[in-house]
Amino acid sequence: MSKGLDRRKAILSDPVAQFERAVEIREFENQINALFASGTIRGTTHLCNGQEALAIGLASVLRTDDPVSATYRSHGIALALGITPESAMSEIMGKATGCCGGLGGSMHLCDLELGLLPTSAIIGGGMPIAAGAALAFQVQGNDRVAVAIFGDGATNIGAFHETLNLAAIWKLPVVFICDNNVYAEYSRINLTTPIEDLHIRAESYAMPHFALDGMDIDVVREGIQSAVDRARSGGGPTFIEAKTYRFAGHSRADQALYRPEGELDSWKSRDPLLLLEERAKKSGKITDAQIADMKVRKAKEIEATVALCQNAPEPSAKTMFENIWSRKVSQ
Amino acid sequence: MPAMRVRQAIATAIADEMRTDPTVIVFGEDIAAAEGPFKTTEGLLEEFGPIRVRDTPISEMAFTGAAVGAATMGLKPVIEIMFMEFLGVALDQLVTEGAKMRYLSNGKLSVPMVVRASVGGGLGFGGQHSQTLENWVAATPGLKVLSPSDAQSAYSLLRAAIQDPDPVMFLEPRVTYAERGEVDTNLKMEIGKARVVKPGKDLTIVALGQMTNIAREAAAASSLDIEVIDLCTIVPWDKKTVFESVKKTGRLVVVEEQPQSGGWGSEIVAAVSAEFFGELKSPPIRITCPNVPVPYNGGLEARFLPNATEVNYLIDQLMATGKAPQPWWIREGF
Ligand SMILES: Cc1ncc(C[n+]2csc(CCOP(=O)(O)OP(=O)(O)O)c2C)c(N)n1
Ligand SMILES: [Mg+2]
Repeated sequence: MSKGLDRRKAILSDPVAQFERAVEIREFENQINALFASGTIRGTTHLCNGQEALAIGLASVLRTDDPVSATYRSHGIALALGITPESAMSEIMGKATGCCGGLGGSMHLCDLELGLLPTSAIIGGGMPIAAGAALAFQVQGNDRVAVAIFGDGATNIGAFHETLNLAAIWKLPVVFICDNNVYAEYSRINLTTPIEDLHIRAESYAMPHFALDGMDIDVVREGIQSAVDRARSGGGPTFIEAKTYRFAGHSRADQALYRPEGELDSWKSRDPLLLLEERAKKSGKITDAQIADMKVRKAKEIEATVALCQNAPEPSAKTMFENIWSRKVSQ
Repeated sequence: MPAMRVRQAIATAIADEMRTDPTVIVFGEDIAAAEGPFKTTEGLLEEFGPIRVRDTPISEMAFTGAAVGAATMGLKPVIEIMFMEFLGVALDQLVTEGAKMRYLSNGKLSVPMVVRASVGGGLGFGGQHSQTLENWVAATPGLKVLSPSDAQSAYSLLRAAIQDPDPVMFLEPRVTYAERGEVDTNLKMEIGKARVVKPGKDLTIVALGQMTNIAREAAAASSLDIEVIDLCTIVPWDKKTVFESVKKTGRLVVVEEQPQSGGWGSEIVAAVSAEFFGELKSPPIRITCPNVPVPYNGGLEARFLPNATEVNYLIDQLMATGKAPQPWWIREGF
């Protein structure tokens, strides 16, 4: 089995492994942030700190042949699904060893073995794609399920509404997960959207819908499992609103000074990492001392990944002309 | 004359129009309270208030169409599409609705709106946030398409665009936002009028947006006396200025930041070829990006974009052989 598939399997049920993956994602994001800040990485990046439980919960419920259509804010989802830190980080560094050969960057991760479709950096862009994947499964008569995961801000774009309606009337095996992290760029969701509970939008498409606590992995798993079960058994789409919080700014330059005072702290008291740590301890499979060791180990692993990726080769000019069409045509 | 950054020149142009014309309103994503993701709307909310300066939801189709509708009823909306690619989800409202309003109302409706969008590569934003997509909008009758290259042209062209009674697509090269230049706020630039930014007699370069800066750099480094024309307006483009220049130099090179296929440069080369058939000293050529998406990797993105070294290499080849030279990707066998 590949490294990625092993990594996926590891987090399917073990609360310690799930916690460990969350620590890995947090370390990864913090390193990425530092690399951007130091100018080592160019372009832009969108961190998922605060949204780890949703990512890992989702990955632990899906099969690897269930495709996920996600966004530019998907380092955590990719790692949760099983992509290796080297594969993701070298992509973000633009290296040939990255999951897109260094041609995609932070916003465009992909690993088809693990079900990660190319992530889209256009708001709503991945939603019709997920519906289309689900359409394929319906026509093919198999029991695969497609997932679209997108932000709160995406609920205001046309593709959102068109896709929900289409998926509903065709009863497609798709699960829509709105990661409501309260902000779209520099705008708090209440400034752009007249309702607080975004999942009720699915009501007008006669689609089953509910909100869940996106900081609590057990709640996440249970909710997504029920939606996946419905889709797999021919019951059609479900809309889930996961209430999370974006701990970082929107993208690397953003200090997020527009937040109401105390909001970040109050969400941080329910940091998914704290909850996952408690849960891991409760399982009786790990002690405080082992947790401390694990955290140090993870930090070292990610540091080593940074070094490895920094030394990885750059893509050659030739690669920019590949994968344009099925067969190369010189122009 | 004050020196300002391109992004400040843009904010200043909008503010100056808003001061003189109360029908000008501004909206887009995070342009009011946050003053724009690229700070191109700095100070506008504070000075003009939330009725005229508005943040929108992430709903490009709705707010582009709302600009069309508001324009038909007497306002002059200036809207911001953060990255040109996002126009994709709103294209209908601009090209199929807005650009057709005058025609389909038998001339009764005007759509005096400006769609500003940041365009272009060079900053590592990857395949979905780095294109100029000039050709998306260049083939829509009814639309005017402009692109500034520096602070002065950003200021003067944007004012002209806001004053214009027709829908204008205003393409702002993102790499220039932080560049400084002197701005004469009394200087007027007209839509449809190109600028000769460097006179010369040996060869004419026609460029647009950031490629004007590349062309200037190439001209400065060349042993030839190159004339550089900043086209400023793609539609309707300034035949007179281009023809006069080519008449003088006998040679045309167009530099475009977009894939080779379907670029506006083909239009210019075709018109020049037809006008000066038999009189040109060398074949008119286009220097473009290859027909591939914009690569993220820094080294590859730099190769993807036309640069002064490549421009001068191709010009030298053209001068030496009298034949159209091959772009780097053909020379290197890609
Ligand atoms: C069509 C389109 N419009 C605008 C943008 C610019 N943009 C990038 S991220 C973002 C905010 C999205 O917020 P949300 O959907 O809540 O996702 P989050 O960033 O919180 O994960 C915006 C407006 C875009 N990428 N695509
Ligand atoms: Mg959000």
